[in-house]
Amino acid sequence: MPIKTGRLLRISAAALALTGGAVAAAQSDLTVALQLEPPHLDPTSAAAGAIDSVLYSNVFEGLTRFASDGSIIPGLAKSWEISEDGTSYTFHLNAGVTFHDGSSMDAQDVKFSLDRARGEDSANAQKALFAGITDVSVVDPLTVKVSLDAANGSFLFNMAWGDAVIVAPETIENIKTNPVGTGAFEFSNWVQGDRIELTRNADYWGTPAALESATFKFISDPTAGFAAMMAEDVDAFVNFPAPENLPQFEADPRFQVIVGSTEGETILSTNNKMPPLDNVKVRKAIAHAIDRQAIIDGAMFGVGTPIGTHFAPHHPDYLDLTANSAYDPDLAKQLLAEAGFENGFETTLKLPPPSYARRGGEIIAAQLRAVGIQTEISNLEWAQWLEQVFRGKDYGLTIVSHTEPMDIGIYARPDYYFQYDNPAFQTLMTDLRSESDPATRSAMLQNAQTIISGDYVNGFLFELAVPTVANAKIRGLWENAPTQATDLTGVSWAN
Amino acid sequence: MIPYIFKRLLSLLISLCLASIVIFTVVEVAPGDPAAFMLGINAQDDTILALRKELGLDQGKFARYLSWIGGMLSGDFGLSYTYRSPIADMVGERLWVSLPLALYALGLSVLIAFPTGLYAAAQRGKRGDAMVMGATQLGIAIPNFWFAMILVVIFAIKLRWFSAGGFAGWDDGVFSGLKSLTLPAIALALPQAAILSRVMRSALIETLGEDYIRTARAKGLSKRATLWHHALRNALIPVLTIIGLQFSFLMAGAIIIEQVFFLPGLGRLVFQAITQRDLIVVESVVMLLVFAVIMVNFLVDLAYAAVDPRLRSQA
Repeated sequence: MPIKTGRLLRISAAALALTGGAVAAAQSDLTVALQLEPPHLDPTSAAAGAIDSVLYSNVFEGLTRFASDGSIIPGLAKSWEISEDGTSYTFHLNAGVTFHDGSSMDAQDVKFSLDRARGEDSANAQKALFAGITDVSVVDPLTVKVSLDAANGSFLFNMAWGDAVIVAPETIENIKTNPVGTGAFEFSNWVQGDRIELTRNADYWGTPAALESATFKFISDPTAGFAAMMAEDVDAFVNFPAPENLPQFEADPRFQVIVGSTEGETILSTNNKMPPLDNVKVRKAIAHAIDRQAIIDGAMFGVGTPIGTHFAPHHPDYLDLTANSAYDPDLAKQLLAEAGFENGFETTLKLPPPSYARRGGEIIAAQLRAVGIQTEISNLEWAQWLEQVFRGKDYGLTIVSHTEPMDIGIYARPDYYFQYDNPAFQTLMTDLRSESDPATRSAMLQNAQTIISGDYVNGFLFELAVPTVANAKIRGLWENAPTQATDLTGVSWAN
Repeated sequence: MIPYIFKRLLSLLISLCLASIVIFTVVEVAPGDPAAFMLGINAQDDTILALRKELGLDQGKFARYLSWIGGMLSGDFGLSYTYRSPIADMVGERLWVSLPLALYALGLSVLIAFPTGLYAAAQRGKRGDAMVMGATQLGIAIPNFWFAMILVVIFAIKLRWFSAGGFAGWDDGVFSGLKSLTLPAIALALPQAAILSRVMRSALIETLGEDYIRTARAKGLSKRATLWHHALRNALIPVLTIIGLQFSFLMAGAIIIEQVFFLPGLGRLVFQAITQRDLIVVESVVMLLVFAVIMVNFLVDLAYAAVDPRLRSQA
């Protein structure tokens, strides 16, 4: 029996409405691809930045947080007072904050989180951030007082790290597989090896997210990543692993390409205690033998900013000291001769897996060979690199990117893997720690940069860039990466 | 029949035992401390020691070997160092991708190889045979990951018939799951089909040279009937061996295809575990794969007994 016209019209109208609805709904869902999958979902007990890349600011929040320009802004703490001597911080928490399981977030949870991080059997990979805390006390449900053993100008900065987010004792048992935080998104599902799904937190204490849901897909292979983007299987790829394809995406009107800066200083780490690298003239020679731009163009396809010291160039206190190590192979040969090595010497160059190291290493080996320095290259996996280079200090040169923000302090540790021991620098770092006046801090940081540049501690190569390829209609993606995070709270689709 | 099965079972157990020792030794010898890797460069020494203790890494090698074997025999494959979740569950989840993929690829491979091999054998010496030989030569020579990337460029990027990768899951239905496995299965199947059809062809040609085939034809049986009823059954023995080997390869060796299509399968699990120094996952999953391969070979041996009456009456 043929369908009556009226019924047919109603069915088609319904079908049209459904498809129309489906199109509108798609605009509030986002699929972001990342290269690395988190090993688990607890940012407070592992070093893997991949955990923060998914959960920081989306699911978990701390007392303070990073804004997209790298500045520290209030997070769960809406304001704070610092005592005269700088050893006591009183945080005032936002009211009405709840965890995703409905329980309320109050000063008790802050105490629990900080005590857990600094505790004796804490598994926190950045325990040093909490080292100066002597006591955390609950003044009232919305006020926490943290006492430090000494003034620490970076305390607020430290509390913004992913390792310092606030967690709840009620849900701490299963945090690795079922993270419960206070953020604008709730954790919804994790298909291991494939994706993590988040949904909007309807009861968020702050401005709700524009997106209904977000899915993080994990694609480690650069070619697969390129294919997924071109086939529009994913809407955005943060830290796109195939920079050689960026021009193609830039030319395609479907996509936008955002290239920003990170906190990753890529350096040619030098073992300052291994002869002949213990001679500052030799290190200076190496610095002048290196052509940074050639490395950026050859290894990173032109994406990256040259640096002359261990500091992020987008930071207001950055000092451009690249002239100290300008490309000058003749000067390099002259310095080597002055140091007693007119016939050059041989050393090891141990390279971890990332392409900036493998590709960059070959370019540097060629540049060093041109001035007479022979390097024996060995390609290591991360676990081997940690054991041989980082812990064993059994290397001459290596290339690695230090991605922690504001980490110039590592040069004050004589037992750190490059074994730089300068008491003047160590004193400077100690003074910096207890200094809170911004102008004085700036001057100190610039002084620090000058010292390590002048001592040629390491070969300072370039700052890692973070290329993001996304659908042209997406708004609000961060350009820079002041910390490892994919903050989706302000991301939306334009119409 | 029984002594045959018993002998096969004994060799299965010995192989498993030897394999476990080799796997354990090789994995343990690998340099790098899993705890140091997991906690990163800023971790303090006491945190690393605490983690080593938690993971049981402070025990001696022999003690760890025994507890690993003991655990496996009772079904407990231990907890992954990285994910801290039961390995049995992880493997179970990944099997839902790797096993269907392997079967799908095997099915496609057999579907392509059998008619091709039959046709080539029937047309031996003539042009059809030469064409098939040429095509299979190409199929064997082409690297499957390159072929996979070509498939992605054509079918995913240009035509948009499939997604570029990823696994949609079985929750949305069998069809959507199979759709995400189709391009990977084709990429895996083609080289395998090339090999299998050649084996089929040569096995058939050899069988067709036997006396009983000439007798059948002399009795008046048509060429096709001879092929079907007499030649095929006998030619199946070498073909079954190859199918068994191919299944083992597809289960464990699909790692590159899993990377290209970013599928959450067993191959990628082992690969990631090796880079993350998740020793216990590597040991347990490799052991499981070895077990699967040995089991498949055992089943193929049993299939021989079913197909070949000479084996059934072996003393």
